[in-house]
Amino acid sequence: MKKLILGLTTAVSVVACVAAASAEPVKVGMITTLSGGGASLGIDSRDGFLLAIKQSGNKDVEVIVEDDAQKPDLAVQLADKLIQSDKVDVLTGIVWSNLAMAVVPSAVAQGKFYLSTNAAPSQLAGAGCNPNYFSVSYQNDNLHEAAGEYANAAGMKKVFIMAPNYPAGKDSLSGFKRFYKGEVANEIYTQLGQTDYAAEIAEIRASGADGVFFFLPGGMGISFMKQYAGAGVEVPLIGPAFSFDQNILQAVGDAALGVKNTSTWSKDLDNEANKGFVAAYQAEYNRLPSIYAAQGYDTGNLLLSAMASASVTDADAFRKALEAADFKSVRDKFSFGPNHHPIQDIYVREVIKEGDIYTNKLVDTALTDRADAYVADCKM
Amino acid sequence: MRDLVTEHRLNIVLALVLLAGPLVAHAADEPFMVTLATRAAILALAGVGLNIALGLGGLVSFGHAAFFGLGGYAVGILASHHQNYEPLMTWPFLVNGTNQMLILWLVAVLVSGLAALVIGALSLRTSGVYFIMITLAFAQMLYFFAISWPAYGGEDGLSIYVRNAFPGINTLRPLDFFLLCYAVLMVVLVAQWRMTGARFGTALQAVRQNEGRVAALGLSPYRIRLAAFVISGMVTGLAGALYVDLNRFVSPSMMSWHLSGEIMVFIILGGVARLFGPVVGACLFVLFEHVFGSFTEHWQFFLGAALLAVVLFARGGFIGVVAGRARHD
Amino acid sequence: MTVALFLEQMLNGLQLGVMLFLMAAGLTLIFGVMGLINLAHGSLFMVGGFVCAAVAAWSGSFWLGLIASLAAAAALGALVEIVVIRRLYDRDHLDQVLATFALVLMFSEGVRFVFGSFPLYLDPPAFLSGPVTLPGGLPYPAYRLAIIIAGLAVAAGLGLLISRTRLGMQIRAGESDREMIAALGVDIRFLYTVVFALGAALAGFAGALVGAIQSVQIGMGEPVLILAFVVIVIGGIGSIRGALIAALLVGVVDTMGRLLLPMLLSNVMHASNAAGVGSALASMLIYLLMAAVLVFKPKGLFPANA
Repeated sequence: MKKLILGLTTAVSVVACVAAASAEPVKVGMITTLSGGGASLGIDSRDGFLLAIKQSGNKDVEVIVEDDAQKPDLAVQLADKLIQSDKVDVLTGIVWSNLAMAVVPSAVAQGKFYLSTNAAPSQLAGAGCNPNYFSVSYQNDNLHEAAGEYANAAGMKKVFIMAPNYPAGKDSLSGFKRFYKGEVANEIYTQLGQTDYAAEIAEIRASGADGVFFFLPGGMGISFMKQYAGAGVEVPLIGPAFSFDQNILQAVGDAALGVKNTSTWSKDLDNEANKGFVAAYQAEYNRLPSIYAAQGYDTGNLLLSAMASASVTDADAFRKALEAADFKSVRDKFSFGPNHHPIQDIYVREVIKEGDIYTNKLVDTALTDRADAYVADCKM
Repeated sequence: MRDLVTEHRLNIVLALVLLAGPLVAHAADEPFMVTLATRAAILALAGVGLNIALGLGGLVSFGHAAFFGLGGYAVGILASHHQNYEPLMTWPFLVNGTNQMLILWLVAVLVSGLAALVIGALSLRTSGVYFIMITLAFAQMLYFFAISWPAYGGEDGLSIYVRNAFPGINTLRPLDFFLLCYAVLMVVLVAQWRMTGARFGTALQAVRQNEGRVAALGLSPYRIRLAAFVISGMVTGLAGALYVDLNRFVSPSMMSWHLSGEIMVFIILGGVARLFGPVVGACLFVLFEHVFGSFTEHWQFFLGAALLAVVLFARGGFIGVVAGRARHD
Repeated sequence: MTVALFLEQMLNGLQLGVMLFLMAAGLTLIFGVMGLINLAHGSLFMVGGFVCAAVAAWSGSFWLGLIASLAAAAALGALVEIVVIRRLYDRDHLDQVLATFALVLMFSEGVRFVFGSFPLYLDPPAFLSGPVTLPGGLPYPAYRLAIIIAGLAVAAGLGLLISRTRLGMQIRAGESDREMIAALGVDIRFLYTVVFALGAALAGFAGALVGAIQSVQIGMGEPVLILAFVVIVIGGIGSIRGALIAALLVGVVDTMGRLLLPMLLSNVMHASNAAGVGSALASMLIYLLMAAVLVFKPKGLFPANA
């Protein structure tokens, strides 16, 4: 009880200095992927984030956008530039886990805030968590865990699981197995960037599995789904949203129709914030938003909400304001756990066709108020 | 002879400019410019390494990123063991990690030298375009291995959080670390300059120009080339070691074929077989990336166009244009 | 492992090999005739995929897209040859590598500028989109079978072109003695442009064929390019026959390695570890194959101009 009262008094004093705080400008450095094969993810993250800032009309936010070309060493260099030369207060925007691991630990050690629009590797959620690091997206394992839970609910008894041979791929399969209760028919690691899945599809056919879970982000997923449809294997697919975002689906086409995928967000989520976001995004950029755009948008609004109640020069107050997550998320429910990772519902979507556009519709909720598996290891 | 004098003078000027830039930036409280210069100095060192094989020996290696990455991983692995207080191995004898740069450099040089010995011994059985392709293939092999091997982070790479230590200086201060890298670069350049004039350097250039005559003198062209390739790999490995301390991070992308290409680009931008060629090339490259990168997201297009123009129309690179044609073209 | 799975994987290896051959044939032809090493070959593969996808989306016909991709890649190849490549023939390999590396950077960003950053949609024609049943009851994707047939037909056609036609005679002459054919009154500049455009068209054709079952995206040519280099080095640079045999060898070794290595390793370690380690080793396998070939035959299996 004492703690609660203490919390309340802080809240009151925070509110008291709102007027002074809002005049304090915030400099944001956004490092994201705008060139090369992975550019579409970074472009959506950026556009979602900038839309939130634009809508607010807040003139006190200055955003400097830099292109990391999906190269870790370039991302480190840009972070150095933004911190040392541009003197930013907040960093954000990195799409890929390996780039995040290169940038985030040293950025937060220098006292900067980092708000993740996407990548959230397990190291930063557990032992390597940091008071100045916030993941506004998810913890990397979340969508895979939800897929495991959905496989149980769908009555799958023998699932074939597959991911690329790199850390995020391994996390993916262990995340799936954390919730999945049936038998694993086979566990396969493909090469990163692999384009031909004939060999794996033949093994799926021969395995007698009643479901296939795959985590193949970006172009890998496009190739796999097209080839899977061509092979005529009837075993149902499930996967995390990374292979089913708005941009990828148009390239996969009919091959993706009916496939179930897990996501923290869907464009038909029924809440005011989301409806407004989808409409404004379409009006601004003339395309449907993806999950990356939605996460970027939430990150922008989280930042704005914190600015409204605290000054970024007072790191402790600003951190508290971020922790409160007092903004209208496009994902219905959104709050931070003690390791600064979201507690949120994770949904199941199905790929459908609306007119000429391939998109997702909500069909189910796989996990409710899910935090993550690493929160107990986080000491802060 | 006049050209030779011009090039020497130019080299001294270049060395002073590279030193003066960061000092001015430091005085003006622009630490990022110091970081950028450090990056240029380290990439230059990687280019200097390749230039020994490519410029002096005529060995067009398209896989030098492998040595750059191996040097980097040597540092990353030992430093991470030091931070976690886990010994690297306990049997047959105890080996602990370390954060002492001098030891790390030694290990990096040995590891990359050993790899260069194996790769070189196999690759040098071929020549010409086969040599280009096989060095590329070996580098790709190590790249895929680094991505898939789970122990040290795989594709995610390995963060070392804190820069390693060097006796007597504070490596965490940007200017101190720059001066350290600059000193290493200068020492290696002086060593290369001395080597070029010495017996080994003469023999190496003779092998490039006329293999038959060298063989007739009773020397083995294969051994001379192999020695040059190993030295070249060691220097590039040392650059990799420094690069990891600059970024406090190592990842397989240090071994990607794009990086092998970029190291070659430094040499051609500056001038092939010129002592300071890679130094000029690396500085130009870093500046280009920095200036155009903030202009347009299509900066790689303009990088390609600039590179193409240099290859087609300015064959001697920067130094060739300023100091006149090379002695041995 | 069943016999059916083994046979299916052999077919998959064959299909990968045939696809690699389409890439490697152009590379090795250009090297054989002009002595040029071309890193931008993968970019022509990418252009083929993008043009096919764009034309197919606009016209609704995959076949029109395929023809357009052939034409576009050939035209682009000819243009690049005239503007850039022509100046590189008497340069050393270093200049060729760097100039074509520059072209790779320009093409990647150029294609992104024209077609946007998002992957494009391209599907096989409807009648090839499902599986067919092979003798023995094995279901196999019809489109992959079509790729195998198309690739072998191109190989045969290329063989005929080189051994039976006037152009082929000039190509063969060009491979053995460049000064000689100029002396015979052949317009060597024109011949070089034609050969380069032919190689480019093969790459574009491969890009369009493969684009229908893979992702049409920026950088799609790079992994294929490096595999194609491995193929021509194993086969002997400049040898079309060597490229065909090496391509099939690499295709089968790669496919079977990915299947068999994790299986073999699961006998000695935990299944999950075996999958990871096996996959790591499988990705290195073809490079080991290449190293082994070069140790015994430094000029490849079928050295040209021996």
